[in-house]
This record gives sequence, structure tokens and C-alpha cells, in this order.
Amino acid sequence: MDKRTEHSEGPAEGSENFHERPRLVKGGLSFSDVTELVSYHAERKTPTAWYAAFAVASTGAMMLIAMLAYQVYNGVGVWGNNQPIAWGWPIVNFVFWVGIGHAGTLISAILFLFRQQWRTSINRAAEAMTIFAVMCALIFPTFHVGRVWAIYWTLPIPNQMEMWPQFKSPLLWDVFAVSSYFLVSLVFWYVGMVPDLATFRDRAKGFFRKRILGFLSLGWTGANRHWRNYEKAYLLLAGLATPLVLSVHSVVSFDFAVSILPGWHTTIFPPYFVAGAIFSGFAMVVTLLVIARKIYSLENLITLDHLEKMNIIILVTGTIVGFAYITEFFIAWYSQLEYEQYAFLNRAFGPYAWAYWIMMTCNLISPQLFWFKKLRRSIPVMFGLSILVNIGMWFERFVITITSLHRDFLPSSWGYYTPTMIDVLTFVGTFGLFFTLFLLFLRFIPIVAMAEVKTAMPESDPHYYDAEGDGHAPAAQDDTPYIKPSQGYRNYRGGKQNGDDTPDDGTTNGGT
Amino acid sequence: MTLIQEIKASMGIYDGAEEGPYGMLAEFPNPGVLLHAAEATREAGYRQFDTHSPFPIHGMDDAMGLGNSKVGYFTFVGGLTGCAGGYLMMWWMSAVDYPLNISGKPFFSLEPSVPIMFELTIVVAAVATVGAMLALNGLPRPYNPLFYSERFSKVTDDRFFLHIAASDEQFDEEETAALLRDLGAEYIEIIYDDEAVEA
Repeated sequence: MDKRTEHSEGPAEGSENFHERPRLVKGGLSFSDVTELVSYHAERKTPTAWYAAFAVASTGAMMLIAMLAYQVYNGVGVWGNNQPIAWGWPIVNFVFWVGIGHAGTLISAILFLFRQQWRTSINRAAEAMTIFAVMCALIFPTFHVGRVWAIYWTLPIPNQMEMWPQFKSPLLWDVFAVSSYFLVSLVFWYVGMVPDLATFRDRAKGFFRKRILGFLSLGWTGANRHWRNYEKAYLLLAGLATPLVLSVHSVVSFDFAVSILPGWHTTIFPPYFVAGAIFSGFAMVVTLLVIARKIYSLENLITLDHLEKMNIIILVTGTIVGFAYITEFFIAWYSQLEYEQYAFLNRAFGPYAWAYWIMMTCNLISPQLFWFKKLRRSIPVMFGLSILVNIGMWFERFVITITSLHRDFLPSSWGYYTPTMIDVLTFVGTFGLFFTLFLLFLRFIPIVAMAEVKTAMPESDPHYYDAEGDGHAPAAQDDTPYIKPSQGYRNYRGGKQNGDDTPDDGTTNGGT
Repeated sequence: MTLIQEIKASMGIYDGAEEGPYGMLAEFPNPGVLLHAAEATREAGYRQFDTHSPFPIHGMDDAMGLGNSKVGYFTFVGGLTGCAGGYLMMWWMSAVDYPLNISGKPFFSLEPSVPIMFELTIVVAAVATVGAMLALNGLPRPYNPLFYSERFSKVTDDRFFLHIAASDEQFDEEETAALLRDLGAEYIEIIYDDEAVEA
């Protein structure tokens, strides 16, 4: 009878059982309300605001295509990277976008394994964000190779040179890690969506809508024989995605850590990159969901409690990242290696000190506001902070990449990096692509995992009904027809069947 | 019952009778009643039946007498295949088919191969998991006689159904209906499979 182990907020309002956890779904919603609330947004007429947002986002995506075309035509020289800084914005942006993706998998897989049921309201949107962010990320290394038409050389595909990729290179590990991550995330997302697509199918009105959803939902009928294998597969996918997500950013960090450059050559990189990725990803989820829950009136599904939990994760991971920054300095001092020490002092006080202190302020200092419950639960504060965190995390990658490179081993080849307009517009363009895809997601796909949210409601537990008696329903009323052929079948056969003089149950059917 | 029929029944695909109904669909008011109904149906001797619900119901596998899912074996084999396949691929490509001396390093060594072996383990295991799940479920299954029922379209919303196939040895229109009625079914309808009727 230990009350302290439960949530500090105490029982749900009006609950007789003090030990009961607060409901995840608020507003007294029934199963059907959840379906309605989520389906409504994909079924109603497209709102004008959506078109406006889509116009802006797709303009950005078009700009991305134009910039990439310009870059392919003219060569990598249109970007600001040049010796000694051969890895400029493209790599910074790549790591930034891959990192954003990590929160989606963390929410969908790791929190699933930890049985955190609150994830059910946000996992669909977070996974969508993962997939779109990884797509944006993949653009940069693909085009950074310079000859994009030869990108297939990175894959073990037989080619005209009869050569194979160099499997000892961390850059090639990256190709495998990120593409595996994309594939597994996509599969995980789709498998999770099948029951919800079936819900959409069963509600569909139009000819094409019915058929497209019928195709995508694979004939799902919610059969328990199917749920059995489905749940096992989902659990296994979560178990597979968990080491995968931790490995992806570790492998990304190997791009740096396996080199011998002071500032990159540190063993702390893999865990520090993973924490940073989760940190930035959660910030992006908060940014997106704060807007989406408002516009789509999902406040009862994506509640303040959900946002608060995410803010706690931001606080924890932000502090881990800040701790890693400080550890790097400590190790540089402790190593007694003057090049290592110079690299870090130059970071904090050299020509890029401005970037370094932006990073420190946004990533280490600003999340500390979340120690206060009031600020953690304030929408404007969390929205502003989540954007600051993403700015800070972009600068983190900038600091790591650029400051370590700009002081080459020979002072004669020292340089200072400035991006070109093409760099900037390409990066802005990826945001256009990201939001284009996200808007399409909001319009056409079940934005909340309905089936999973329903399992998180107490009514889904068969023992919830035990209080009503022995679990048996009262006998059916006498006036309801007991046995009759199915409606659809009657429609199909046309006309009335024998013995079909019972009153209709209210469902209208137009078929003859 | 032949082996094929048995496998198909485990996926919830039943042979409709030559003529007559495909099965009987009963609607129950909530997951609790459905769980008890499934248990009682099994105890009454029925084997070819299934429950349909908008979400997985805790304890239903035991109530229906279904064992553990076999998806895990496929995942395991997939993972091993990915790992061993990745190892063999890298070894063959860089040490057999086109050995290339890079900075005097060995043509092939295990350590730098670990990341790619790991990634391939995960990918192949994940694809095997999903493939096995679909195969064991008999999905995709675009045609299902249950789709003829208007009420059944609510199964993905908030309704709970129990379906007893007519191919079950014990199936009898009167007796089965009486059983379901006793178990608390709110609504019972008979499902016909058109293909059988047309033929």
C-alpha cells in the first residue's frame, strides 16, 4: 500500500481507487471517440490552412531540388567547403537530420520495451518524423560525393569496374547503418499502421479511397489469431530497432572518432552522439506536436502529461550532452597532449567561439529550465526551448566538424569556413521537404496509433468489466433480430431474402 | 481435415461449405464478455473460431487455446542469415574476388567487419519478422466473407466479435446460435461466402 510509488498527481479525478494511475487519455473518450477524433482529420475536406502551409513547404522542397540540380551541374565547388575544411555544411546537416530521427525510434521501440504506454499517443507522428528526417539526411552525403550518378558504388552491387566497396571505411559503415535504419523504421512504421489503415478502410466512402486503403490494410480484420503473431512481430521489431537506433548514431560518430584528428579522435563520441541525437529528436517532436495537437484538437490524446514527459527526457539528455562537452575538456587537459588541448581551447576561445557558446547556451543551459514543473508544463516555454535546442544541436555538429578541421596540421593551410548561399538554401530546402512530407502525413495517414491508444485505455482490459458481474452481458432484447443473413450479402444478392421481415437496424444500404 | 486446411484454419481462413453458410458471427458488448465467450466456445469443443477486436485483448490467446506465436524462430534464423551473410559477403568480396592492398592492411579481418555484420543482422531479422508475421497470418487477404457484414465494419472501431466457422465439425446453425446467445451475444448473423453460393 505504498502510495508514493504512484504518480505524484494522485488519482484521476473522481476515481475511487487512490492507487489508480491517472488516465493517459483524457476527456472521458470512448473507443469510438478515439476513432472519430483521429479519422476526422483524414476524412474531412482539406482545410484551406493546410493548402497554405503545403504551398510554403513545397516551395521549399522545390527550392531544394533546384539547388541540388545547380550543384550537380556545377560541382561541389558551389558549396563553401574547401581545403582544409572539406567537410562543411553537408556533413553538419547530415548529422543534424539523422539525429532528429532518433527520437522517433526511441519513442516507438525503446519506450515500447519499457512498457511506457504514454508513447501510444505520439509514436506514429514521431516515427513519421524519423522517416522524413532520415530522408533529408540521406540527401547530403549522396550529393556530397560530387558525382551523384556514381553513388551506387557505395553499395555492394556488381559494377562495370568489377570492384567492391571498401568495407573497412567508417563512411561505408555509415551507408549500411543509415540505410538499414531507414528500412527498418519504414517497416516498423507500416506494420504499426496496418490496423489503423483497416479502420480507415472500414470507414472509407469513395471508390478509390476504399480500394487504396483496402490494398494497404492487407485485409486486416482484427482477428485474434492475427493479433497474436502481430504483437509478437511488433515486440521483436522493437527489440531489433533498439540496438539499431543506438548503433546508427554510434556509426555516424565513427566517421569522426575513427580518424586521428584532434577534436574528433575521442572514445566518448558514440554515447555522446546518441544522447545528443535523442535530445535533438525529442525537441523536434515537441516542436511538431505542440502545433499539431492544437490545430488537430488532439489535446485529450496528446496531453500536457505527454509533453511534460518528453521535456523530462530533454532535460536528462541535454544534461548528458553538456556533461560530455565538459568531459571532453577534462580529457584534453588530462591527456597532456598539447594538440588535443589546443583543439579544445581553440573551440571555446578561437575564431569559432561564437558558435561554441551558442551551442553551450542552447544545449546545456537552456534545458535546465525544465527542472521547474511550471516551466515544463508551459506550452510557450517548451515550444521556444525546443527550437533553441534544435539550433543548439545544429551548432554542436557545426562546432565538431568545422573547428576541428579549420586549423590544419600546418599553419600555412589554416582557413576559415563560410557557407555559400547555395549551402544555406539547400539546408532551408530540406526543411521544405521535411514539412512537405509531414503535411502529407497529417493529411492522409492516421496521425495517432488508434489501436494502440485503445489498448492504453482501462476499458480495453477484459477484467475492467468484472465489477459488472460475472463478465456476461445481460440477455439481448427481444425485439432485436437474432439470426439474419449479413447485410452486405443481401445487398449483393439483391432484393429481400426469405424471412427478412424484421425491422432494419438503422444502417442504410443503397445497393440493390 | 487435411494439413493444408489445418494450416489455413490457423490463419483464420476456413473452407466455406459447398452450400450454406460460411460461418456465424456474434457481436459482444465488451472485451470482458468476449474473453469469457471465447473460453466457453473452446470448452464447448469448437476449434475453428476466432475473435475479432479493434485491439489485441490481454489473455485472449490463452482463452482461445492458442500457443506461443512462432514468429520468433523466423527472426532468429533471419538474424543468423544476415550476420553470416554479411561476414561471407565481405570476406568474399575483399579477400577472394578482388583483393586490394590498402595501406598494407590484411585483405579481410573481423574487427572492421563488425558494424556491417551487425546492421545486416538487424535488417534481415526485421524483414524476416515481418515476412513471417504476414505469412503466418495469411495476409494479405483482400477477400474475406466477413466483409459482407455491415456490422463487422465496426470491428476496427469499437465492436467485439466472435466468429465460428461453418467448417467446424460441431457447427450447427441452431445449436451454435443457442450457445452464443447464452454467452451474451448481442447480435448474431450468418455469413455466406458468395463463391460457394454461386458455384
